[in-house]
Amino acid sequence: MNFPSELKYTEDHEWILIEGDTATIGITEHAQNELGDIVYVDINTVGDALEKGEVFGSVEAVKTVSDLFIPVAGTVLEVNEELDGEPELVNTDPYGRGWMVKISLSGPADGEGLLSAEDYQKFIGA
Amino acid sequence: MKTVPLHQVHVALGAKIVPFAGFEMPVRYSSDLDEHHAVRNNVGVFDVSHMGEFLVKGPKALDLIQKVSANDASALFDGKVQYSYLPNDTGGVVDDLLVYRIREDEYLLVVNASNIEKDWNWIQSKNSEGAQMENISDATCLFAVQGPNATATLQKLTTVDLTSMEYYTFQIGEMAGIPDVFISATGYTGSGGFEIYVPNQHAERMWNTIFEAGEEFGIKPIGLGARDTLRLEKGFCLYGNDVDDNTSPLEAGLGWVTKFTKNFNNSDSLKAQKEAGLNKKLVGFEMIDRGIPRGHYELCDAEGNKLGEVTSGTQSPTLQKGIGMGYVPVAHSKADSEIFIKVRDRLLKAKIVKLPFVKN
Repeated sequence: MNFPSELKYTEDHEWILIEGDTATIGITEHAQNELGDIVYVDINTVGDALEKGEVFGSVEAVKTVSDLFIPVAGTVLEVNEELDGEPELVNTDPYGRGWMVKISLSGPADGEGLLSAEDYQKFIGA
Repeated sequence: MKTVPLHQVHVALGAKIVPFAGFEMPVRYSSDLDEHHAVRNNVGVFDVSHMGEFLVKGPKALDLIQKVSANDASALFDGKVQYSYLPNDTGGVVDDLLVYRIREDEYLLVVNASNIEKDWNWIQSKNSEGAQMENISDATCLFAVQGPNATATLQKLTTVDLTSMEYYTFQIGEMAGIPDVFISATGYTGSGGFEIYVPNQHAERMWNTIFEAGEEFGIKPIGLGARDTLRLEKGFCLYGNDVDDNTSPLEAGLGWVTKFTKNFNNSDSLKAQKEAGLNKKLVGFEMIDRGIPRGHYELCDAEGNKLGEVTSGTQSPTLQKGIGMGYVPVAHSKADSEIFIKVRDRLLKAKIVKLPFVKN
């Protein structure tokens, strides 16, 4: 499995790419593999200012639904509209076209609680 | 946690293994959707050896079955299978099951894995006249070979004429060189095919030979994930979700296997319930708004008043929309009625539909 080193990870299996005062968020390859075929990504928090760890949406696989937790405090700017017609992009390209939201950071990202690629792999026992 | 005899075969095939009904079971080999479509359009094989099998024998066998089972087993003939359920004493259901008549004084009961011990004790408690019972669950493997190419796959392995077998009949014959295999024209997918009962010692050979025979069709192993979406698209009840110890079999739509022409456990009270009229009904619904119903989500009216709960729900791979079942008051149970599903505090619109969701 692939865990790009430029990303940070959470114990809830999200990844985050921080670029200046914005960030892109999705779920990890491990997460999509555990969930199975993703059939719906349900996010209706655009414009909401969320505290770190709050739910920003849900990801629905055929058999299960999982909450999505925001890894850092921020305001949801944009949802990946491509997932509306092609939710399977989360399975096939979790770090690329399968991204879920872009956010503006509420403050300087302190990185607290975020894992490096190496630490995340240890966490999932990969 | 128990494992099925071919556990290592499933692990080697790359299955994701999850606990289910006390067993470590393959839930998915590759993709729930691919496996679902393989069964609908082609052929797939489930290892459902976790299911329970009891033999009931002797001159009192039929009497015992008639007492514990709501359907009329006297209508069976040799080689005939019947769907039924075991009513409890309090208006609910101990389990649903299949009843096979092997010969006049010998029957096979096939029960849900989660209920093997409960069913055994229940039936024994009603066995006052001493029918002989044998629990062969741990010695028996069950492979469901399902889909439009199931017959062509299995026909290579047996001289039993599979094409002429009617739905819900079975034959005992040689298959893959193994004697006395139960070849049953049944299944839980609504896509046709057979269920093959084989003693453990021959199970791996049977499994491998089925895959060799199905190679030309691209036969696939299928996990419990697809089993659930396949059965739900056909509106088949799952014990523990849609029926249980506390649900009325009549409200669950099992009236068609409830035969008041004979006496059975709790039949008087069920008959009285039927005559008094039902309060609730198990219905199917399809999402109109986008969303996926899941077990225990609330079913509501347009004002958000709770009517009931979802008992089974999923995204239908065939229809590509959310489908589900649940109990609602009879007044809300008509086809095309609007109903709302509470999904994460939003009320999403759905409509009641006639089952099955997916026709042939």
